[in-house]
Amino acid sequence: MPIKVNVTSVIEKFVGGQRSFESEGKTIDELIQAINNKFPGFANQLLEENGELRRFVNIYINDEDVRYLGGLGTELKDSDEVSILPALAGG
Amino acid sequence: MTSSEPNSKADTLSPDEVMRYSRHIIMGQVGPAGQRKLKKSKVLIVGAGGLGGPVAIYLALAGVGTIGIVEFDVVDLSNLQRQVLHQTADIDKSKIESAQETLEAYNPHIKVIQHHAPLTSDNAMEILPDYDIVVNGADNFATRYLVNDACYLLGKTLVDGAILLFDGQATVYEPGKCCYRCLYPTPPPPGMVPSCAEAGVLGAITGIVGSIQATEVFKQILNIGTPLTNKLLLIDALTMEFRTMKLRRDPNCPLCGDNPTITELIDYDIFCGSLPLEMPANK
Repeated sequence: MPIKVNVTSVIEKFVGGQRSFESEGKTIDELIQAINNKFPGFANQLLEENGELRRFVNIYINDEDVRYLGGLGTELKDSDEVSILPALAGG
Repeated sequence: MTSSEPNSKADTLSPDEVMRYSRHIIMGQVGPAGQRKLKKSKVLIVGAGGLGGPVAIYLALAGVGTIGIVEFDVVDLSNLQRQVLHQTADIDKSKIESAQETLEAYNPHIKVIQHHAPLTSDNAMEILPDYDIVVNGADNFATRYLVNDACYLLGKTLVDGAILLFDGQATVYEPGKCCYRCLYPTPPPPGMVPSCAEAGVLGAITGIVGSIQATEVFKQILNIGTPLTNKLLLIDALTMEFRTMKLRRDPNCPLCGDNPTITELIDYDIFCGSLPLEMPANK
């Protein structure tokens, strides 16, 4: 099941310079692992050593924050769009 | 703190002002009463850099009567690729002086108040209470958490924006509805997310995000439209896609949640890891 993934400029260098691409997974966790299999080091940008989502990174399914859904275990369905947003501080 | 003298009476519009603001006044959402509201409003802008510049200029042009600016830095040649308040002749001049000169050249009817210092836990609660709305143009995480906490504790609406590389974000935090800590509970460890100096920033994205922030301030003052509250606007300049994510107040937020643990300003350098924990607080 292909899922569209959007990343910001900070993350794109960890996924081969793409801002938008397709990957696969039944859950957010599986999606992150699938991307990490292709781009080793990607998951480290998003997850703590204990596997939890870093607190300065937000992941949205469509326009909903996964923290308010089922966290990393949130199930994905066809046509979902996932956006990965680390905090920005530039002004 | 130093300030310029206002050039006209607080509650009325001179014929020059009526002509100057006529393209706003003619709009039903503004009118003469709205223009007087703008004139009576006091807006604080944290930072006179990339975002603070377009915000300050558009608010000055619109006739926001009092514009406070918090800034301690001097103009550097590397600022001039994006910071529209400053010009080549301003290099090495204090940014706040340069900002005041630019804003008053644009509109002599407004008052510019200089807060020539970094915003700190010591001065934030003295500076912010005088203003109706606060605009964030800070360039570091420590100041962003400080501005967020001070605004919530004082009940001030915060019009927030951030930029990096080709990305921009904007939102409005109204006290009690959601705050920066609900969005990002803790800052990244130092070095994990680069700054504009380290990674770069597209000059024009500051104009896009700053103009959106100025628009949200305008709407707040006039109480028109739908604010960007509980929504995070994301801008990708490379694809020129604008997307909006939902923002929620987190009941577990240490600041605005149900059982807050942050009830006063803290040491933000330590919180953001820019000082080692064993060092005494140096606010």
